[in-house]
Amino acid sequence: MPLYAVLTGLILGGVIMAIAKYNPFAAYAALFSGAFGSPTAIGNTLAGAVPLILAGLGIAVAFRTGLFNIGAEGQYWVGAMAAVWVGYHFPTMPWIVHVPLALGAAMLAGGIWGGVIPGLAKAFVGAHEVITTMMMSYIAILIAHFMVENGPMMAPGYVPQSPTVAASATLPPILPAVFLNSNLSDGFFIAVAAIVVVHIVLFHTTLGYKLRAVGFNARAARYAGMNVPLYTVLALGVSGVLAGLAGGVQLLGVDFQLTDTFQSGYGYTAIVVALLARNNPIGIFFASVFFAALSAGSQIMQINAGVSANMTDVITGIIIFFVATDRLYGYWSQKMRPHRPSSTAAIISGKGESPQ
Amino acid sequence: MALLEIRGLCKSFAHVVANADVYLDVEAGTTHAILGENGAGKSTLIKMISGLYRPDSGEIALDGAVQHFASPRDAILAGIGVVHQHFMLIPAMTVAENIVLGTERQRDAATPRQSRLLFNRKRAAASVQELSESLGLPIDPWARVETLSVGMQQRVEIVKALYRRARVLILDEPTAVLTPQETEELFAVIRKLNQDGIPVIFISHKLDEVRAIASTVTVMRAGKTVRTAPVADATAAQLANWMVGRDVILQSRKEEVAVGDSVLEVKNLSASDDRKTEKVRGVSFSVRRGEIFGVAGIDGNGQTELVEAIVGLRKVNGGSVHLLDRDIGHMSVGERIARGIAYVPQDRQQDGLILSFSIAENLQLREVSKAPFSRRGWLTRAAARKRAQQLVEEFDVRPPVIDASAGSLSGGNQQKVILAREMSRNPELLVAVQPTRGLDVGAIEGIHRYLLQLRAEGRSILLVSLELDEILSLADRIGVMHAGEMVAVMDNQNVTRESLGLAMTGKWSEKEAIS
Ligand SMILES: Nc1ncnc2c1ncn2[C@@H]1O[C@H](COP(=O)(O)OP(=O)(O)OP(=O)(O)O)[C@@H](O)[C@H]1O
Ligand SMILES: [Mg+2]
Repeated sequence: MPLYAVLTGLILGGVIMAIAKYNPFAAYAALFSGAFGSPTAIGNTLAGAVPLILAGLGIAVAFRTGLFNIGAEGQYWVGAMAAVWVGYHFPTMPWIVHVPLALGAAMLAGGIWGGVIPGLAKAFVGAHEVITTMMMSYIAILIAHFMVENGPMMAPGYVPQSPTVAASATLPPILPAVFLNSNLSDGFFIAVAAIVVVHIVLFHTTLGYKLRAVGFNARAARYAGMNVPLYTVLALGVSGVLAGLAGGVQLLGVDFQLTDTFQSGYGYTAIVVALLARNNPIGIFFASVFFAALSAGSQIMQINAGVSANMTDVITGIIIFFVATDRLYGYWSQKMRPHRPSSTAAIISGKGESPQ
Repeated sequence: MALLEIRGLCKSFAHVVANADVYLDVEAGTTHAILGENGAGKSTLIKMISGLYRPDSGEIALDGAVQHFASPRDAILAGIGVVHQHFMLIPAMTVAENIVLGTERQRDAATPRQSRLLFNRKRAAASVQELSESLGLPIDPWARVETLSVGMQQRVEIVKALYRRARVLILDEPTAVLTPQETEELFAVIRKLNQDGIPVIFISHKLDEVRAIASTVTVMRAGKTVRTAPVADATAAQLANWMVGRDVILQSRKEEVAVGDSVLEVKNLSASDDRKTEKVRGVSFSVRRGEIFGVAGIDGNGQTELVEAIVGLRKVNGGSVHLLDRDIGHMSVGERIARGIAYVPQDRQQDGLILSFSIAENLQLREVSKAPFSRRGWLTRAAARKRAQQLVEEFDVRPPVIDASAGSLSGGNQQKVILAREMSRNPELLVAVQPTRGLDVGAIEGIHRYLLQLRAEGRSILLVSLELDEILSLADRIGVMHAGEMVAVMDNQNVTRESLGLAMTGKWSEKEAIS
């Protein structure tokens, strides 16, 4: 099914290009070579996948527990701020302490922002996490603006940006000789490690079992003596930790300073990544690389085939549409049947009952 | 010629052949019972007749014309009306909306016309009311389905089927959720439908019911139809034998067990339902070692709330609950599990199971943090699977495939998974609500034997059941709930059905209780 959504997206995108009188084959060739055509391109594509993997894992953990964290973008930015702050404040620290400290700060910030606050709000006053994570996300982005626009994190001078992180806090590039001057940093290993850890936690620990149980059927989980509010907070917390880590890794490995754009879009694309991967940690790797390739290749597509880079947004949109309609269809048709406990997680992960 | 003919239907799933060469002839104006063990394939057959599943091979013919149902809609239009084992109503909608749903644009003489664009609530409600009253199944068309009792919801399902002008009505285990009175009412409706020429296919595990209402019975075993016979010729024991393939002991025998100290002490307990109406009012009783304490009562008299307060799912308003002299009234569910309370809940799909988890995963639901399911937070899959395999065999879950999802099991086998999990824990106290609901006679025999074995081992059992027979044959003492109070506690030795019935309806005076 995910493959089908991707293919339909690509084909329909091609049809639209043809209607607009572009050559879709030339466009896709350019797209592909832009994404994978050279070691540098491959490096950049993988680098682009890193924040998607991390944030996507976070969203998947929440989905598995039946929760919809749509504020990953804001968690990404609080993570980025925390990492940068630690990153430029202690220039004399040894690398081995500085990087973990900065990343730890990013995770903590993301976790509190995305998890603890919305989680507690949900567990104790019933505030829906879709609203709270989204609102917290706006707040995060506005705080980030404030920080670098004449705020406490603005670098000396008139440009609204933060100081650059100290060399001791940066993630070194991977195999610079192979990927030449691409953006691929050690953050890639962190992302891969995160996939492994999330996979192990979800499927090999009692914690993961309980998270999934709460997600599929909260009533049965309660009956089983599980503390449903606790796992709600925990799942949203882990979700925020991973999204915050995405921001930290990106800043320490690729961007090195905050500039006042604050529109990574990673937090939103990561939702699609999680959906497309059906919350499977390994699937998230491939879905992330796919979307990173689309965005990396779109520049070259614009230059070489003259197709607007926005075309890739159209393709992405179509894919989202197909992934979402399929999942949502399942969701509603289950909702319409009482006495069949179902949950967002069951649907989104594709593990709900299917009677044929 | 039969109105509905099934010829050689087959249907396989990943792990099992659910229907293998099924034949069935249903004559107009008769009630045709289908009997079969849990997992024999009854519901699967019904789902094919109603267009939910597509047969792998074979034919369905209505009035001699072969039908190909691509969807439930096709089946409905052809005149198949079904009330499924698990209802298919939309809880947030009103009765009338549920009934009319999907027929809004159907135009013919009998169904009231709805305009193409606008849905006329009043007209829908009026037509629903009229139909339901003419059937002798009065319901309030404006009530929201989620506020209705199960019996009422079933009524809505029946009216819904007939509103769509069903020519055949199929009822999949309709009485499993009904009180004896409701069952009688349902039978009256079935007889009336028969008089109008509408045949009814009736699926039940209760042999007495089959004998009371059906004229013909078809027995299914392991996906095959093995026998069709007139009901009049068969005794209950014979029916059971055809179904299970061996003799079944319908009456369980109890050995003498010396009762010990009290294990569960409930004193003056009160609790409210979700709408904050007080449902349990000052209930006191105790369950002793080696004793089965039965709670009888008409559904909705506080049994559910009482049980939930004991197992920790409902807050206690007042009074106390002691387990082995420890006050557990304010402990969490988890702590009570750890102290040895096992619980078989009434609603297996909502509370007892996670349908998308495998059987193995469901068997560890209540104790995942303990051996053999995990060690120090790590799932120990191999050990858990071994245990699951044992339990599945011991409790005869079919198919015995521990990786099959709980949602793919037949209703009765889902129940067996819950029973296997709860009974195998060697609990101090087993709280079982309707433990044999939906089980076939063979399985009931097994469960009863198991309960009696627990009792013989000196465990305590709190058995809540709507089936008087079950309570009378198993319980040592019987507490009767009426309007939230335990109006009588009687010794099973000197209890009669009549005195129980009187107490259940609240017409019991204390004076008689003393005798
Ligand atoms: N959707 C499904 N996927 C896989 N297996 C299924 C599915 N539905 C039913 N089965 C299997 O088919 C067999 C027949 O099931 P069915 O529900 O028809 O039994 P039943 O006779 O209605 O039993 P019960 O009396 O317990 O309700 C069972 O072994 C069941 O596990
Ligand atoms: Mg069934």
